[in-house]
Amino acid sequence: MSDLENILGAARSALAEVSDLDELDQVRVRYLGKKGELTQLLKSLGKLPAEERPAAGQAINAAKQQLSESINQHRDDLQALAVANQLKAEAIDVTLPGRAAGSGGIHPVTRTMERIESFFSGIGFDVVEGPEIEDDYHNFEALNIPAHHPARAMHDTFYISEHTVLRTHTSPVQVRVMESGEPPIRIICPGRVYRCDSDVTHTPMFHQVEGLVVDTDVSFPDLKGMVEQFLKVFFEKPLGVRFRPSYFPFTEPSAEVDIECVICGGEGCRVCKQTGWLEIMGCGMVHPRVFEHSGIDTEKYTGLAFGMGVERLAMLRYGVNDLRLFFENDLQFLQQFR
Amino acid sequence: MKVNEQWLREWVDPSVAVEEMAEQLTMAGLEVDALDRVEAGFSGVVVGEIRSVAAHPDAEKLRVCQVYDGSGEFQVVCGAANAAEGMRVPFARVGAILPGELKIKKAKLRGVESLGMLCGGPELELSDDDSGLMALPGDAPVGVMLEDYLGLNDTVIELDITPNRGDCFSVLGIAREVAVMNDQAVDAADVTPTASVIDDRFPLDVQAPENCPRYCGRVVRDIDISVATPIWMQEKLRRAGLRSIDAVVDITNYVLLELGQPMHAFDLQQLQGGIVVRHAVAGEEIALLDGSKLALEQDTLVIADGRGPLALAGIMGGQDSGVSAGTRDILLESAFFAPLPLAGQARRYGLHTDSSLRFERGVDSTGQRRAIERATEILLEITGGTPGPVFEFASEAHLPRRGKVHLRKERIRKYLGLDLDEKTVERILGQLGFGLERQEDGWLTTAPPWRFDIEIEADLLEEVARVYGYNRLPSRSLSVPLQLKARPESQLRVEDIRRQLVARDYQEAITYSFIDPVLVEMFTPDQQAVMLANPIASDMAAMRTSLLPGLVTTLAYNSNRQQHRIRLFETGLRFIGEAEGEGVAQTPMLAAAICGPRYRESWDSGQETVDFFDIKGDLQAVLAMTGQGEEFSVEAAVHPALHDGQSARILFQGQAVGWIGSLHPRLQAELDLAQPVYLFELKLDAVTRARLPRFAELSRFPEVRRDIAVVVDEAVPVDLVLKSILATAGENLHDLTLFDIYQGKGIEKQRKSLALGLTYRHQSRTLKDSEITESIERVVDTLKSQFDALLRD
Repeated sequence: MSDLENILGAARSALAEVSDLDELDQVRVRYLGKKGELTQLLKSLGKLPAEERPAAGQAINAAKQQLSESINQHRDDLQALAVANQLKAEAIDVTLPGRAAGSGGIHPVTRTMERIESFFSGIGFDVVEGPEIEDDYHNFEALNIPAHHPARAMHDTFYISEHTVLRTHTSPVQVRVMESGEPPIRIICPGRVYRCDSDVTHTPMFHQVEGLVVDTDVSFPDLKGMVEQFLKVFFEKPLGVRFRPSYFPFTEPSAEVDIECVICGGEGCRVCKQTGWLEIMGCGMVHPRVFEHSGIDTEKYTGLAFGMGVERLAMLRYGVNDLRLFFENDLQFLQQFR
Repeated sequence: MKVNEQWLREWVDPSVAVEEMAEQLTMAGLEVDALDRVEAGFSGVVVGEIRSVAAHPDAEKLRVCQVYDGSGEFQVVCGAANAAEGMRVPFARVGAILPGELKIKKAKLRGVESLGMLCGGPELELSDDDSGLMALPGDAPVGVMLEDYLGLNDTVIELDITPNRGDCFSVLGIAREVAVMNDQAVDAADVTPTASVIDDRFPLDVQAPENCPRYCGRVVRDIDISVATPIWMQEKLRRAGLRSIDAVVDITNYVLLELGQPMHAFDLQQLQGGIVVRHAVAGEEIALLDGSKLALEQDTLVIADGRGPLALAGIMGGQDSGVSAGTRDILLESAFFAPLPLAGQARRYGLHTDSSLRFERGVDSTGQRRAIERATEILLEITGGTPGPVFEFASEAHLPRRGKVHLRKERIRKYLGLDLDEKTVERILGQLGFGLERQEDGWLTTAPPWRFDIEIEADLLEEVARVYGYNRLPSRSLSVPLQLKARPESQLRVEDIRRQLVARDYQEAITYSFIDPVLVEMFTPDQQAVMLANPIASDMAAMRTSLLPGLVTTLAYNSNRQQHRIRLFETGLRFIGEAEGEGVAQTPMLAAAICGPRYRESWDSGQETVDFFDIKGDLQAVLAMTGQGEEFSVEAAVHPALHDGQSARILFQGQAVGWIGSLHPRLQAELDLAQPVYLFELKLDAVTRARLPRFAELSRFPEVRRDIAVVVDEAVPVDLVLKSILATAGENLHDLTLFDIYQGKGIEKQRKSLALGLTYRHQSRTLKDSEITESIERVVDTLKSQFDALLRD
């Protein structure tokens, strides 16, 4: 039996020396292979007396199994080590920036318009656009602003020719919709508008979103509710809102809408000229004359309309302090609105 | 419009502070822009009385006055020529502080002690009359602080009056609004008509009654024009922003401010014949009060006399016929001019005066006599004089007619969403001056003559609503039946196209729609641009015929600000064609422009700069969104703004929809751009039409790829080669890739080698080798015959 112990001892020390899978395999072949020492030992059992054979066979088999387990264990260890080494070798600096990671951005005016559009299309409004070079009928007459009306002076119109203008508001789109369709009408009209005015607080081109609802039972309280809800979702906070009587030729009654100053919270600051209020949009009930121009029955239908300057909303929403920045398109500015 | 609190309170005096009054006005629709305090810029100045005036022993121009301040007499040396015994004047005692931090101290003037200072208007910043001491009225209480005496504790309310509220350009008008907001009445004591003393009238001939339906005149003789305008009036004018001129002009201005009725005073001696209200004859001229000379156009309404035009009716008086220092007899004018024609004339001559403003917005057509009486009353008190009777022309047919407007309770409910009780409605309209007749369903109303904005029921609804308070009206959510909206899947949203470009590292820009005509000529010399008649600047005079000039100049702007890698896009209209009629095509476009390094500078990338194929890749990524990218192609073509060798027309199903290319080096130089610029522009419609996906059966059989390399002339466009292969390879070819282009060693000069991968697959079986070989041979033969192509080994 000392042979068996000797072999096992030698195998164990050989195993202890093994440092890679090849060497491990050599050890396996040397002891457990077809011609391996333990295999040979088993084959030599026949030389033993018959009564010794079972015990000796059992011992050799136990030794084989023991050695085989050791080898397997060793293999697992070596494999784990190899993987660990590979991982270590392949380690990278994960803090390096990724490739081509850049992303551009939407202009803040577009961003604001898209938000406004989504609020209204979400409740079933259609988004309608129209021409920017307009005839004076659609820009003025049909909106109850006849030729010598003092309100024309409010508009600082760019003229192309005597009867062709750059639209001063997006209201002509509403006229076109009323001319060609039947109530109920629920639309918003976003787009560029133009006024011949340029200073710190005016650019000759700016953007408006105007809304129009015409139906059989539309009232001033509906208008108030819609404007209040819009302002709340736009600024994402409850805000003081007030409606001030005002004048637009195309609405009656007309109102200017003020919100509690979003800069100072109504305390009074430079932006709100110490009043605590900011003028944010105009609105009103559609003037019956406007309906008449478009062939809508003024007894049957009433309508509400509202309009807002997109740049102003964007300035208040994002804290932009100079209107002119919107059209300079300085990347330093644009890149802030990703 | 500026109105001061003290004056307003003479008419209506509710027990609310001025701040609250301003709030009420704002919420009534008369927006208060500012509240400006009127305060004394001085302290320690009292009403003093000059008890005696003596010559200064050593100075010819100085006098030594004894001044009583209510408690004692002080010796004051004074240089004013008008210092006189018994005169009451502002007296700055020792210790007083005048505007400009000037402290009054005991002083010696040429050896004579002076205990204080007697003041003129400018020294106190109360007027710019520098003719001497400021003469206070004889009844000014001696010893009272000057600021108290002058009421220098006032507030000027500055209002922004909307065009519909011409009636609010007066103290009276504002007072009416304050009254109704406080449920009070205006304290408008009627003016007592002044009885005529003399019988003088002046001939009057109104030849244009449609433009001048009412004209009142009155002769006043023997006035004393040298009398100074009283302090109280000067102060009221000053606080309204008007300068004191002379007593007569000041009085007409005072009435204008108080009642809103513009007036004019002629020097009777300068008039010949009679007053004629008529249209000008072409070629007539007039010299106006402001010193300008006008050649009048026909149809201009003038006030004329026997010689010619005296005044532009309702707008401005003439230089020669107005009152002056020598005037003794005057003719007062108080007329009603029709608003619309007057507005047209004021605009035509670019003259906007306090008078034209009121007439064009509409003045009370019944108020002319009242105004002339009011002016007479004050005039006689100040300048004296003997008045004649008021003479009047009126054409009832041309005066504004006030129709009755029906107001239905049901409409109040429907519009305003609440049931207002009858008493509230009647109180509001009644206090606003409306006549009311009760009807079964509401009221028949008659608007007061000062309101020009009440024509239909909705106007009355606004009156009721604004006085009741917009903010007291209910607020509710609109309810509509839920209905799904169709949204065609074959229509791409512009939003999505923008996002695609943003994901490819583009920044959206918004540039002006009007550009420099020079840029139009540079970029689109063949296009007719729409020009603005009144541009804001000459370099913003042409409507853009392309979005590219705006993008390229934006690129230049940023490149001048240390930006090197710039990638911009824009969507919007371009305008091409004739201005008149339907001639202008307003087409939505999508454009992009890039320059600089291909990637942001990074640890892993080089600094190669972009080229044509970068922007083409971006374009193709957008086109791919349509699901029919293969329907688009490009063909080399020359464009005036693009590099001849690097420009192409973009085609959709063979139709031109846009351009892509690199900016012409000449333009690049002219626009001062350091790097080449690549750009595209195409019709937005072309990329928003999409194809619906259509399912095709998947193949479960293996695909086979064969690669070939062919050599062709370098001038042969690859696109033609690919199209030829697609046409000849047969239906089993399901993918074709160009994976290399090679020129150089082993290839003849002027030739190029194209490496192509052809992938074959059949829907329902495995392809035989012979089928593929056959197809490849067919392809090679065709390429040989079409392009003189040689197969490379």
